[in-house]
Amino acid sequence: MTTTSAAPPVPVPARRTRRPRARRTAALSFKYVALIFFVILVLTPLYILLVASFKGTAEADPSNAWALPDAWTFDAWRQAWSELRPNLLNTVYLVIPATVISTVIGSLNGFVLSRWRFPGADVVFLFLLFGLFIPYQAVMIPLAQLFAGLDFPTGIPRLAFAHIVYGIPITTLIFRSYYATIPEDLIEAARMDRAGMLRTYWSVVLPLSAPAFVVTAIWQFTSIWNDFLFAVFLVTNPESWPVTVAVNNTAGSLVAEYNLQMSAALLASLPTLVVYILLGRFFIRGLLAGSLKG
Amino acid sequence: MKGIRRWGPGLVLVLPSIFLIAVFVYGLIGWNVKVSFSDWRQAEETTGFSTSAYSELFPPGTDPAWSESVKHVLLFTGAFMAGTLVLGAFLALLLDKGVKGEGFFRAIYLFPMAVSFIAAGVVWRWLMNPAPADRGTGLNLAFDRLGLDFLANEWFLNPTWGAAALAIPAIWALTGYVMALYLAGFRGVPEELREAARMDGASEWRVYRHVVFPHLTPVTLSALIILGHISIKVFDLIVAIGGKQFITQTPAVYMWILIFDARDAAKGAAIATILLVAISLLVIPYMIYTVRTERRT
Repeated sequence: MTTTSAAPPVPVPARRTRRPRARRTAALSFKYVALIFFVILVLTPLYILLVASFKGTAEADPSNAWALPDAWTFDAWRQAWSELRPNLLNTVYLVIPATVISTVIGSLNGFVLSRWRFPGADVVFLFLLFGLFIPYQAVMIPLAQLFAGLDFPTGIPRLAFAHIVYGIPITTLIFRSYYATIPEDLIEAARMDRAGMLRTYWSVVLPLSAPAFVVTAIWQFTSIWNDFLFAVFLVTNPESWPVTVAVNNTAGSLVAEYNLQMSAALLASLPTLVVYILLGRFFIRGLLAGSLKG
Repeated sequence: MKGIRRWGPGLVLVLPSIFLIAVFVYGLIGWNVKVSFSDWRQAEETTGFSTSAYSELFPPGTDPAWSESVKHVLLFTGAFMAGTLVLGAFLALLLDKGVKGEGFFRAIYLFPMAVSFIAAGVVWRWLMNPAPADRGTGLNLAFDRLGLDFLANEWFLNPTWGAAALAIPAIWALTGYVMALYLAGFRGVPEELREAARMDGASEWRVYRHVVFPHLTPVTLSALIILGHISIKVFDLIVAIGGKQFITQTPAVYMWILIFDARDAAKGAAIATILLVAISLLVIPYMIYTVRTERRT
């Protein structure tokens, strides 16, 4: 929806010095002080997570939580890994097929709705787009009923199916906006050569699609990995819980030491953080394109 | 190659998606409304017609858990929107011009978006631990050590302002995103306009005030819609921090409790319907507006 894309940086012509140099320096230092202050604020929770996760049980007393560990240890990480491993695997089995399938569907839809249009294509797009905005609570009760009524395979297949279906609007939106930037001439040229729709898609459009695939896949990966709502409503068997549900339960139990809670939270966030660090550029583009999915 | 032979295959390719959305979005919404008007108020499913679920929700006050939830989500939304918009715009303003390492700062401010609300909730629940400083943890302890005791408070367990404290992690999570929106908005203002104002002798602040900010109404509007739509249905974060406590409950959490603990499907569905209506009132006018502007350009 928000198609505000950053304009290419415009070279700023050198301009006359209007303000005294001292005042300008003061303003600039203020900027940096403020920026660094916010960096510290934003990173504080990460700091707490990190130091706590490397503390041993003996040191995991809340009163010295702000201090660095005296003795660094991987114990909490090891324990979190052994507890969360089955759930991490569930999430992996969920997130990979769901991301791949919904990205491919989005690409095909986006192509048709922008470059191989049929009468009423815009109406169909709006019809699909509405699914982007609905609070999923509004379909959750009947969805669970429907799955039960259809004897749909329980656990991960239900979750994957739900993420694929409710992912259609956002993936279609990202690809449609992206394909709108492909020059019409290219499509026309393929048509002149009497190439059919699939042929045009395969040999003209798909080779140009890599950036949109990356943006969409990262978006889907992150939101499916981090999902909690669908998981608690649709998966009743603890063995099939994805990692978010497991982390919430670890954290909610009174017996879990807080260093374990922190390492569990961090462990569950690592894959999305790594993706963000490696591919942050694309992540931001996805955010700006698909910002209406909360 | 005119006509249906040309566009037919495209329609065929999109048909499965149309079908799935028709069933799983529109169909299930209809089904949910039907459940909300049923007498399915206990574990066993029943299908008789009844408005009893709604009559417990309207007028607010009949059901204290519901009216508290609504109060909480309103306060949460107010604090969350104000916090993210002000901080996001401020950060964008700081980064807009002549800052070295812009990419670094941007990446840091945006990283919370990659973290789930559940993981964020784990650490923020600990940071906002309500115990007083002497046996305290988290921020209260830090305030104590820094000599800022007066800042120590009971955070999300405060009966009046607790919901605003719950907004703090949400502000942490989404400020970077609003910053990115505003930054893109600033950069979208043609440099010639800024330069022209400067030629007229306007100070840099006045350039922003009179040239840049007026261009940002659409950005602010989309930010408000996006944040409001996240806020109305807020669920994960509240569950991760407050669990099922009455004092932190929002409508989405209350709905979850109704379905899994009270086994009251009709009332849960009624709340889900109300959430949908609230969000539609926010989003549908915006969708129409966006499509119209898209057509004009």
